[in-house]
Amino acid sequence: MVAVIVIVVLVILLLLFFWLGYNRLVKKRNQVDNAWSQIDVQLKRRHDLIPNLVETVKGYAAHERGTFEAVTAARANAINAQTPVEQAQAENVLSGALKSLFAVAEAYPDLKANQNFLNLQEELTSAEDRVAYARQFYNDSVLGYNTQIQKFPTVLLAGMFHFEKREYFDAAPEDTETPQVQF
Amino acid sequence: MYDQIARNKRRTFLMLLGFVVVITLAATAIVLLFGGGWVGVVIAFVIAMALAWGSYYNSDKIAIAASRAKPADETEYRRYHNLVEGLCIAAGLPKPKLFVVDDPAPNAFATGRNPKHAAMAVTTGLLEKMNRVELEAVLAHELSHIKNYDILVTTIAVTAVGTIALISDIGLRFAFWGGMSDRRDNNGDSGPIGAVIAIASLAVLMLAPFAGYLMQMAMSRNREYLADASGVQLTRYPPGLISALEKLRDDQAVVHHATKATAQMWIEQPLETDQKKAGSKFNNLFDTHPPLEDRIRRLQEM
Repeated sequence: MVAVIVIVVLVILLLLFFWLGYNRLVKKRNQVDNAWSQIDVQLKRRHDLIPNLVETVKGYAAHERGTFEAVTAARANAINAQTPVEQAQAENVLSGALKSLFAVAEAYPDLKANQNFLNLQEELTSAEDRVAYARQFYNDSVLGYNTQIQKFPTVLLAGMFHFEKREYFDAAPEDTETPQVQF
Repeated sequence: MYDQIARNKRRTFLMLLGFVVVITLAATAIVLLFGGGWVGVVIAFVIAMALAWGSYYNSDKIAIAASRAKPADETEYRRYHNLVEGLCIAAGLPKPKLFVVDDPAPNAFATGRNPKHAAMAVTTGLLEKMNRVELEAVLAHELSHIKNYDILVTTIAVTAVGTIALISDIGLRFAFWGGMSDRRDNNGDSGPIGAVIAIASLAVLMLAPFAGYLMQMAMSRNREYLADASGVQLTRYPPGLISALEKLRDDQAVVHHATKATAQMWIEQPLETDQKKAGSKFNNLFDTHPPLEDRIRRLQEM
């Protein structure tokens, strides 16, 4: 009788472990996926701000055509980028192009005092923050997920159901170099 | 940073254990004094919980009303909204409702029983005096209070302190109004040992509420350190919070619509305290917030 009870309890505990452990792994993996798509959402938000910014600056500095073209081209490249590496590169070129746009704006006091321009500048700064935060959240999620699948005893479940380790988002090597912007 | 977060979480757990110990001691004292009375202990706990639950459930509305905060306009306070939205992405939290308190003293607080029912308020003074990086650090600290469920932790502490207060109140009343004679009837020949136990039990009942209150304050300070550390985990930039805290330290203004009841929610103690006058160690025991100097030092160690 005692032996039967012990076996039943053990089986229940084992089932409980499978159930809770598996669900936790699924939850963490979905969080990683969600965090990844969040990065794209924030990148798109940044891209959407740019036409408006270019138009505003054009109103004050119409003859700085080269700068506008560089920004517009960089934005198109960033939108069309396919792989994460391409994306990182394109985003970097775009950041450089935007920097030169703001450098141009420095020369126009009227523009710098324009409320619309100031708002756009604030929006763009926070859009860039958001992209950085989305990447940080992705990496934090990967950290949590990878730790979970390597920890005992969930490591047994992870092996059984093929929960694979995920990669961190790294700034590509090109990211750390100064981008070349053509004028 | 990760060390500080883990250490503060362990400390919260130990403090909760401390509450259990004090409640058990007080309950034992009652049982020893009257040879029974567990029912009274349970009733005390239920009453304390019912009282605390109401304030927990409506924590966001109560705090917002008490501090006379108004909803923050999306266009007027664009930067405030932007920064919170960014931090929410980093923390993986929904965006809390944002409020502004019209007050020149720089301060901020967060409240709400869970991240879905959370609210955050800043004073107009804070928005004026802090630059973008400092404001972000303060908002990250507040968001961490929400992420760490500090309102829940505070509610548990308040419940525990309330239970302790009720137990000792019931116990002391019984002791005065003839409870002692009942005891003599039950075990009349207990002798000097019985007397010692009775006196010790009374002492425990008298000191327990005081100890509970001190523990609640210690817990509140502990959660501040935790929010500092988790806030920095969001921004990954300790200097931002350091310079924000330094500005708070150098500012002498006091928030108008803050009371003792809401004091523990603000980023800095909103009331006039001895802290700014470099108070003694004993005064610090009653503070809801650790000294700013201490918080700055811990951030510098990160």
